[in-house]
Amino acid sequence: MLLLLVTFTPIVAAILIMIGFPARLTALAASLLTLIISAIMFLQFNALSGFQFGITFPISSELQLNFALGVDGLSLLMILLGAIVLVAAVWFAGEIEHHENAFYACLLLIAGAAIGAFASLNLFFFYAFHELALIPTFLLIGIWGTGNRRAAAWKVTIYLALGSIILLVGLIMLYRAVPASARSLDFRILQAGQIPPSLQSNIYIVLLIGFGILISLVPFHTWAPEAYACAPAPAAMLHAGVLKKFGLYGLLRLALPLLPEGARQWSGLLLVLLLANIIYIGLVTIAQRRLDWMLGYSSVMHMGYIFLGIASANILGTTGAAILMFAHGLSIALLFGITGEIRKRVPSLDFDAMGGLAKAMPFAAFAFGLGVFAAIGLPGFANFAAEIMVVFGAFRNGFDYQHFHIFQWATLLALWGVVISAVYMLRAYRRTFFGSSPESELVITDIRSGFRVPIALLVAVSLLLGFFPQIAVNRLMPTFRNYFSATQ
Amino acid sequence: MISAPYLEVAVLVLGTVILLIESFSSKLDRRYLGYAALVGLAVIFLTTFFVAPQSTMSSAPFWNFYSADATSLFFKRIALATTAGVIVMMLDFAPLVSSGIQGATPQSGLGEFFILPLFTCAGLMWMSSAIDFVLIFVSLELVTISFYVLVGFTRRNPVSLEAAVKYLVLSAVATGFLVYGITWIFGATGETNLQKITTVLSRPGLEQDAALFGGVLVIIALGFKIAAVPFHIWVADVYQGAPTPVTAYLSVGSKAAGFIVLLRVLGPFLILPQMQTLLVAIAVLTLIYGNLAALPQTNVKRLLAYSSIAHAGYLLVAVVSFSGRAVAFYLVAYLLMTLLSFAVLIIVSQPAGDQLESFAGLSQRSPFLAFAMLVAMASLAGVPFTAGFLGKFLVFDAAIATHHFGLVVVAIVTVGAGFYYYFKVVRAIYWDAPPSTTDKIIVSPLTRAVLIALIAGTFVLGVYPQPIFDALR
Repeated sequence: MLLLLVTFTPIVAAILIMIGFPARLTALAASLLTLIISAIMFLQFNALSGFQFGITFPISSELQLNFALGVDGLSLLMILLGAIVLVAAVWFAGEIEHHENAFYACLLLIAGAAIGAFASLNLFFFYAFHELALIPTFLLIGIWGTGNRRAAAWKVTIYLALGSIILLVGLIMLYRAVPASARSLDFRILQAGQIPPSLQSNIYIVLLIGFGILISLVPFHTWAPEAYACAPAPAAMLHAGVLKKFGLYGLLRLALPLLPEGARQWSGLLLVLLLANIIYIGLVTIAQRRLDWMLGYSSVMHMGYIFLGIASANILGTTGAAILMFAHGLSIALLFGITGEIRKRVPSLDFDAMGGLAKAMPFAAFAFGLGVFAAIGLPGFANFAAEIMVVFGAFRNGFDYQHFHIFQWATLLALWGVVISAVYMLRAYRRTFFGSSPESELVITDIRSGFRVPIALLVAVSLLLGFFPQIAVNRLMPTFRNYFSATQ
Repeated sequence: MISAPYLEVAVLVLGTVILLIESFSSKLDRRYLGYAALVGLAVIFLTTFFVAPQSTMSSAPFWNFYSADATSLFFKRIALATTAGVIVMMLDFAPLVSSGIQGATPQSGLGEFFILPLFTCAGLMWMSSAIDFVLIFVSLELVTISFYVLVGFTRRNPVSLEAAVKYLVLSAVATGFLVYGITWIFGATGETNLQKITTVLSRPGLEQDAALFGGVLVIIALGFKIAAVPFHIWVADVYQGAPTPVTAYLSVGSKAAGFIVLLRVLGPFLILPQMQTLLVAIAVLTLIYGNLAALPQTNVKRLLAYSSIAHAGYLLVAVVSFSGRAVAFYLVAYLLMTLLSFAVLIIVSQPAGDQLESFAGLSQRSPFLAFAMLVAMASLAGVPFTAGFLGKFLVFDAAIATHHFGLVVVAIVTVGAGFYYYFKVVRAIYWDAPPSTTDKIIVSPLTRAVLIALIAGTFVLGVYPQPIFDALR
């Protein structure tokens, strides 16, 4: 019941807003309700007893189609992330110049789509909920975006639609590869060890490409920086922070446990691609000359670490990947949110045209600094705890490749990414907030006190998880142990 | 219980009665004839639910021609619902019918405009029951001949006239192919009944090549009906030139009937592997051509014409995978979303024309119509929670289950292309500024009710397909 409420609160609120309820008030109320319920669920969750808060409505016996919701540790963590970022995004949205109700409805639909996908236990609805975000994203970027917004909206929509349809084919192949007796669209029935190893390789690569496009895995990443740079800040927060995690979630939830042989066969390619994400995109990020583009590329780059955790295919690495998904969602939402506030105040986000903002916006400077430290992975933030687990997990790896196999080399190379991200993040921070301000007559005010609440929320959760990662680890470990014990 | 053949008789009687009323009462507002036709169709539609599907063939010779199984009943309902939807659109379209005629009253020519679809409907219903080549041919001709008149109905409009001539000529060619094909099959097997042909074809020592040749000719003729490439040449011009409600009727009714006949005719030829290869080739061509040709279109009617070719491609994928369930569901989804988009197009295009620009800023002129078009485009493109997506899901599922991976790869690319051209319409509606005239658009209550029903149907079937599967059982 709680889960049903969490899934449908944002969607129902979006519909209510479209038929005339006060936009901002309804959106805030709905997002806070979502956050409270998902927090209650997170606290009530018993890590050891599989899927919980389950609810099932049969739809079609012929298609074996049920509307089934339920959560394990992984999906619960993602739902909590969605709720937190939703609150922050709605809060940051503030006043919208035109069509305020449509703007808030689109935001709520994106979050509802992500939460619905994380809560679904049925392949059909898992996929369908995610695609629900497609049209709202198209409208949000195209109507309320900045810069070259129409081209960006066009590109992201076509790219993600194509990625989704490849993913759909992959999911159907997965479902069809299971012997007819055990075939089901239900996650709880789709068990490991049923798909013959000879079929796994093809399915895995289709899924990797489909999910990879949604996650912006190199070379399918070109939609992401542009879309995030042009999107209105709340849309970028939700998309980069939450919706993009759908692909990673899918790989962790479906590809790894069901296709262990496929994962092993393609681990070399995945390592090469994720290193490209970390090193190549990292270098591209350093070259960026605008704050919004820099953040867009940095979010692509950080996907590489999460992929590293997935590639490791062991409990430690995947747990780290899941926590990193959560931590990255918080930090990138914080950075995009503050950037959106800066965008409202300065004529250009070009590094050359900015500087010295710390004097006028001390709180923004402080909060952005925390976001930068979190993104780099400084100890104390959740990102640090997660990256440590990912790196150790990848070094050990689940395939028992020892003695400086490609896995160990990839891990060592990936560590250099930390240096790269420190370079671009700190440089952006310095050029935005310090140094001499260009002569301008603008009177710049700091972030107003009401908007400090979502910043505090994001930072507090990140710090909490940074100091007490076991809150998440305790809930995730049993889930992943289930996945991998069934594999062996 | 009512016997199935009475349904067609009822539709014919309805059409004849309304035609007689039209002839003998010159003062009557012709739109009442449209309403009468709607009521009649609704009654007959409800009656279909009291008709028992007749699976066993009775001994009377009539049942050698006519099947009343669940599938044919299902397609009869599709025909009735489509016709009703088309007549609602015609009521909206009525002011344009006499616009090109000198000295015409607003009533000129309206009577037949509402009556002809009823005869087409009877033909479509017979087609869905036909299991003998003779009945297939006769009902197909009934449909085609009434379409000749309907396509050229606004006869003072040269574009409509051109469309009618093209349709007439190419339709006649297709009919020629059909008859020639039937002759070859009859020559090889000595039968016209599809079931008996199946038995004869599986007999060893039969001259299969002749029957195969006949089958290919029949498929060419049906390819014309369902607008499959390379028999699609007529589609874009005829769709653009015909009155818009007739275009909707052509693209839904004619196609649905074409596919049911295709499914039935293919039955006997399944045992011949060459047929499979041929159909795969046609499906690939149809998918690629329909979607690529739709990309640059700026006229919405023409865009929908190419999109109808594209959807014939997805339907053919389901046919090749022998999934009757996918074909039937996809047709229902296609009916909902196509009628929805054409209904909106008729209202929007009345002052401004069919160009994409007349949709600019529709979200500000009429949020309701904008939303209706958004739903139609989302469903045509295949966004989840719409009937169009579930249809694509079933098609992909069927294709993967039968290992047609080549088709799947082509379909992935074309679905991506589809997102581009359908979202072009969405972009015009929501992004572009409206032209200087920003009058609100008025939607009549009947049309509004039909649009709401179509939108609701699109969403309900998008998550709850079971009623369709039950009806097919």
